[in-house]
Amino acid sequence: MRLRRLTGYGPGQPLKDQALEGRQFSIRALTAFLIILAAIFLLSLRYVYLQLISYEEFTARSINNQVRIVPVPPNRGLIYDRRGRPVAENRPAYRLELVPEKTADLKATIEALGRIVELPEDAFERFAENRKRYRVFDSVPLKFNLTEREMARFAVDRHRFDSVEIVPYLARYYPYGDLLTHVLGYVGRLDVNDLNRVDEGNYRGTTHIGKAGIERFYEDGLHGLSGIERIETNVQGRVLTVLDRENPVPGNDLILALDVQVQQAAWDALGDRPGAVVAIDPNDGSVLAMVSKPAFDPNLFVHGISSEDYRNILNAPGRPLFNRPLLGGYEPGSTLKPFIGLAGLELGAVTADDRVFSSGQFFLPGTSRPYRDWKRGGHGWVNMLGALEQSVNTYFYQLALDLGIDRMHDYLAQFGFGSVTGMDLLGENAGVLPSREWKRGHLSQPWYPGETVIAGIGQGFNVVTPIQLANAVATLANGGTRFEPRLLYAAKHAGDRQADKIQAPVGSLLPVRDPANWDLVHAGMRLVVHGEKGTARTIRPESGFEVAGKSGTAQVAAQALDEDMDETTATHLRHHALFIAYAPYDKPSIAVAAVVEHGGGGSREAAPVARAVIDAWLSQELFR
Amino acid sequence: MRRLIPGWIQWPQLDVPLLLGLLLLMAFGLVVLYSASGENLDVVYRQGIRLGVGLLVMLALSQVPPHILRIWTPWLYAVGVVLLLATWFAGVGRGAERWLDLGLFRFQPSEIMKLAVPMMLAWYLHPRRLPPEPVVLVVSCVILVVPAVLIARQPDLGTALLVAISGGFALFLSGLQWRVILGMAGIAVAAAPALWMVMHEYQRNRVRTFLDPESDPLGSGWNIIQSKIAVGSGGLTGKGWLHGTQSRLEFIPERHTDFILAVLSEELGLIGVILLFSVYLFIVGRGLYVASLARTTYARLLAGSLSLTFFVYVLVNAGMVSGLLPVVGVPLPLISYGGTSIVTLLAGFGILMSIYGHRNFIR
Repeated sequence: MRLRRLTGYGPGQPLKDQALEGRQFSIRALTAFLIILAAIFLLSLRYVYLQLISYEEFTARSINNQVRIVPVPPNRGLIYDRRGRPVAENRPAYRLELVPEKTADLKATIEALGRIVELPEDAFERFAENRKRYRVFDSVPLKFNLTEREMARFAVDRHRFDSVEIVPYLARYYPYGDLLTHVLGYVGRLDVNDLNRVDEGNYRGTTHIGKAGIERFYEDGLHGLSGIERIETNVQGRVLTVLDRENPVPGNDLILALDVQVQQAAWDALGDRPGAVVAIDPNDGSVLAMVSKPAFDPNLFVHGISSEDYRNILNAPGRPLFNRPLLGGYEPGSTLKPFIGLAGLELGAVTADDRVFSSGQFFLPGTSRPYRDWKRGGHGWVNMLGALEQSVNTYFYQLALDLGIDRMHDYLAQFGFGSVTGMDLLGENAGVLPSREWKRGHLSQPWYPGETVIAGIGQGFNVVTPIQLANAVATLANGGTRFEPRLLYAAKHAGDRQADKIQAPVGSLLPVRDPANWDLVHAGMRLVVHGEKGTARTIRPESGFEVAGKSGTAQVAAQALDEDMDETTATHLRHHALFIAYAPYDKPSIAVAAVVEHGGGGSREAAPVARAVIDAWLSQELFR
Repeated sequence: MRRLIPGWIQWPQLDVPLLLGLLLLMAFGLVVLYSASGENLDVVYRQGIRLGVGLLVMLALSQVPPHILRIWTPWLYAVGVVLLLATWFAGVGRGAERWLDLGLFRFQPSEIMKLAVPMMLAWYLHPRRLPPEPVVLVVSCVILVVPAVLIARQPDLGTALLVAISGGFALFLSGLQWRVILGMAGIAVAAAPALWMVMHEYQRNRVRTFLDPESDPLGSGWNIIQSKIAVGSGGLTGKGWLHGTQSRLEFIPERHTDFILAVLSEELGLIGVILLFSVYLFIVGRGLYVASLARTTYARLLAGSLSLTFFVYVLVNAGMVSGLLPVVGVPLPLISYGGTSIVTLLAGFGILMSIYGHRNFIR
């Protein structure tokens, strides 16, 4: 009964007036319907607002949503040597990319990836730095050049990494490794600083940029022009269709003047001694070989070098990172004598027949300090030819005094000593060609006559780089045309069948007062190799062609310059051995400068290197 | 003709205009679903099956006279509350304890409540003098609040509100005085801070996002923004069926379930939206008309509150899709893909059909 009363289903309930209730209900139902009408009217107004009034705004946003403009990086131009051997290639590779905005915990994700693929310890910091040049929702590369093993491991765990993708790309590869490092340089990961020197828009999709060498110098041409793809993507950014595409223009292929075989010959000839070799074609200033030893594998830098590898290179003996031909400053020593001889002849300070007596010692008038010949007891009476053949110091001491330092400076400067050659690599060292003015400017000291004397044999303040020296030899060999040396021989634009030959620019044409003077110096250099008393007669070719050369020894420790240094002298105290040469004597096609660090005597150590280079080049030229 | 049919088969007395309205809506829905599912016929097929099952349930219920339903009502309500309590202990599901695994199929007890709460209130108010007296009002509120609270803590705020609203409609239709209605609305507003306190963090985020979606355009504001872009870029005539970019490229979240109206708006434009609203309006209007035809309090209140609740679905969903209301998991009735909601909704229309068919019964 209680339950019945509670629920109302039982007796004792008041009678309900069904008709009244029905009318009441109908009024309420009608009210409700009117409220509904009002509600749906307001709702419709909302849709009118969105779909009619804001139509254009939302249409724009919808198009913005669906279409992404994606840069298509151009394929980097390939690099060949002058015989068409590829020296810088592009190889298919895979990299790992990550979209930071879609990653919940970036640090944790990178740490987790680090357990699957090999990442450096500071991967997160590096990534954070790299991210700066990308836009919001761009995919940022995390790791380049995945190994097959890494790819397989990632594939297994892929579901854990929504925002991470494996992306194919073309990776730079240098098949000759350290042989060409200091010529080609290398490409490395494009970073924020690099963007200052390029057109940022053109590099939107590019991950690597030339960091050194040819790769850096010809970056613009090698890179090409970025293309654009307008793609339709879904919300995950997956590409559904390519709406249209503006194809990238691939970078130019470069053909170097350099001959890998000649380069290899120079490399091998140096053996395990640090040194530098530069060979230039005197006819057009093209660089045939440019060796710096030791070097390092540039491929290590392409994919981001690990700190361990980098430490190893830094700490390796012989400073492999140092580009000797370009930056190495060496005392030219006797290799400068042919140029000083020519200066004497051309400026009228000496004639071909003027003779000087070499007693083994030379004194400035009124002084007692001896300047020595390398041969005890001296060479006796010598003229220009003999002085060059036997490298007679006394002859050049006297000549230097007769010329005076400033005339000597001005003449040698025409060969490019003391200034950069202007070759197609960055960061060249200018070396030092001393003069009164130079010394006042740089050392704030007056010039002393004794300094003129030793300048006559290329010592004292003189500093040359191998490239400078080789270019001076080329200029001497071709009779006075100084080119700005060029590693680049020709460039092939994408789509062209023929490569455009690049002409090395002429830096200057030296004034020739009398060609006979030049011939005399050439003859003197020929005697160095072919003369009875020539200092480098050991490298005389048996037959076929003749070589003109000149040895030199650069002082390392403050020590008297005798060519016969003791075998027991500690290596790092030994002199640098230098040799310059050109060949064939009658129609030069190669000019060489070779430096063997701490090699000792120039003719014994450096001359065979130069000879090996000449042989490699001429055998190619003759039997082509 | 009639003579050929045995007399014991009683032809269902269906409300033909209501049935046509529903069938039109379903057909419309399947067409939109085909596009919204990414032209996936399988999805359309499964939705068709579900609608078919729903129609069968509707047909079956339309044959049960309202007074029989009334007798069952307390039991249905009791079972619903017990099942809701069961989800406290045996609930399964992704994060929210909404589902009860019955072995063969999983099932959301809160769906029962969408019907059981208005039925229970109609049952309770049926023998009483209307408008309800204060004591009756208090008991009604308890009938309404208990399941709403149980559902809210699952947590499923959207369904809880819908259940509460459906009960509220029963009270409204019972002739509750306006001052009482306004007073209760005042209490509800005052209780809002308390509600905020008991909300889950994700629910609060939805409200925050709703208030300012652009504040977090990549996070929780994303859904609302993308949905608005879809609707807005549809314009007057739409981008064309199967040609909605926002939908096809999956920028619309939940595009074939809760946000299917965004797909419709994008592809069929304002014209499509107005057309859809018209069909809904017709169905609700017809439902209210059926309610006014009924002769008993129970039938009237039940038919009226079911119709109005149906419309609230539309209002909440369309408001959500257009960024007027926060994102709550309310489907677009009979159009959104899946869920037990289709069967529940059609069961409700079965009751309406029954009320229409038995409108001349006094009991």
